[in-house]
Amino acid sequence: MDEYLEQLYQEIILDHSKRPRHERELDPCTGRAEGYNPLCGDKVTVFVREEEGKIAEASFLGEGCAISRASASIMTTLLAGLTAEQAHAKAREIYEMLTKAEEPRIDLAENGEIAALAGVRKFPARIKCATLAWHALEDALHGTEAP
Amino acid sequence: MPAESLGPLHSLPIRRKRAATGLRRTYPYKLNAADIRRDFPILDRRVHGKPLVYLDNGATSQKPRVVIDAIRNFLENGCANIHRGVHLLSAEATQAYDRARATVCQTMGASRPEEFIFVRGTTEAINLVARSWGDLHIQAGDEILLTEMEHHANIVPWQFLARRAGAKIRVLPITPDGALDLDALPALLTDKTRLLACTHVSNVLGTVNPVSEICRMARERGIVTLVDGAQAVPHGPVDLGAVGCDFYVFSGHKMFGPDGIGVLYGRGKLLDRLPPWQVGGDMVERVSFEESTFRPPPDRFEAGTPNISGAIGLGAAFTYHAGLDWAVLRAHEDALVAAAHEALQSIPGLRIQGTVPGKAPVVSFTMGGIHPHDIGTILDSEGVAIRAGNHCAQPLLARLGIPSSARASFACYNTFEEVETLAKAVWKAHRYFG
Repeated sequence: MDEYLEQLYQEIILDHSKRPRHERELDPCTGRAEGYNPLCGDKVTVFVREEEGKIAEASFLGEGCAISRASASIMTTLLAGLTAEQAHAKAREIYEMLTKAEEPRIDLAENGEIAALAGVRKFPARIKCATLAWHALEDALHGTEAP
Repeated sequence: MPAESLGPLHSLPIRRKRAATGLRRTYPYKLNAADIRRDFPILDRRVHGKPLVYLDNGATSQKPRVVIDAIRNFLENGCANIHRGVHLLSAEATQAYDRARATVCQTMGASRPEEFIFVRGTTEAINLVARSWGDLHIQAGDEILLTEMEHHANIVPWQFLARRAGAKIRVLPITPDGALDLDALPALLTDKTRLLACTHVSNVLGTVNPVSEICRMARERGIVTLVDGAQAVPHGPVDLGAVGCDFYVFSGHKMFGPDGIGVLYGRGKLLDRLPPWQVGGDMVERVSFEESTFRPPPDRFEAGTPNISGAIGLGAAFTYHAGLDWAVLRAHEDALVAAAHEALQSIPGLRIQGTVPGKAPVVSFTMGGIHPHDIGTILDSEGVAIRAGNHCAQPLLARLGIPSSARASFACYNTFEEVETLAKAVWKAHRYFG
């Protein structure tokens, strides 16, 4: 495979897109939200279940490209045990990694597979694919904040 | 549109070099594609180190040297505002602007240049008609008939009009292969129908609609017709007399012209009675603080300084376009579609949307579980530019039961070699994600 494409479609991404983790509806859940990209018609629904102020479980359902599915799948593996605040901070890290002009300084040990998404920043048209599930996650968490 | 449509070409024998992608064809007509390609400087570009294979012509076409030169010549040697200067440059600019309008008029088989209004593009043209004609004529309870294959630009302005007026949108459905269901048409042309708005060529399916017949049926019932020609004008001259519509709209940039300029054709008798939709300078006769009177068409609909360089570029594009041998080029485009269908159909899981005979060179497809955006990125890595998404036709894609598709759209300068590169690149996507 060529180097150019490998920046985008790393093994981890292809693996998650072909065999996504936590691709199911979560019932019961404490929050759910839909992300929609009108440019491509992609839809993702993110489910979260919070227990005692922490995310116990997260899942997703949706239609989308390899990048959006992999991003959603990897995201659901990272959330267990985080508070809503920590999850928002994680989302902001991802947006920064994808949109900042400088090379991202992402810690592989700390962030694991999500660092594989860093290559997306070289494909401007695909950044929204990578952020779709994260925006939905933030909405799902906001949903639970309301009394 | 394919008046001289060349059905037999679809069944020409194809000699295969290798299975599935190895297409090699001899041209069954006298055409040296290199001659046309030489007119388009960008076609020499390389993308990711590979020769550009530009198959996104449905989004915008590339521009021939004569169009680029016409715009540059105006800006370098003739730039002035029109209609308002006593100096030589202004007189020349006015002449050039009017000449562009006359060229469009003449090429489309009409005789009154004042029936051709310069606008920004198809979208603005439809908005103009919906505002000016629509607000004057559409009332509560009236019906506006659209078709299931319309671009958003030919849906949303009518939706807004219907909401303003309390009118109703009705929709002519399509058949499974992607043609308009004409059997359903008579029942939809009711005594409440005031307007029928229909695309000439589908930007997703490539279907060439029998607009002459549709417009005739509507006219017999006194229904006003608007035809969206955005995807039709690039593929050969359109004779407005043959179409027989009341309004015809299109953009310049899809037919070798610059972006930001397009045309609204309106039947003189209709235009004369319409109020302006944008008001200001250059379209008025007398102005006081209490009242203003307006000039006749086309000026009435061209408020402010228009896109002069764009109109001049469009005139050059029309002259270039009309000078091509369209009997040959239509045969070539038909053969490109046939070759693309043949090459793509053998790829596992690939489904082509729109298979109506005589279609324009637009090939939309889905491929199993592989998302069109991923197909688009893999193709781009091979230098092949296509469009992936909903093509501004969400209702049509909903009808087809797909969220999005990949679309290769051809122009007369594309070649069989490029069809082969396309097919190889789609095979690559298949291997990558399959």
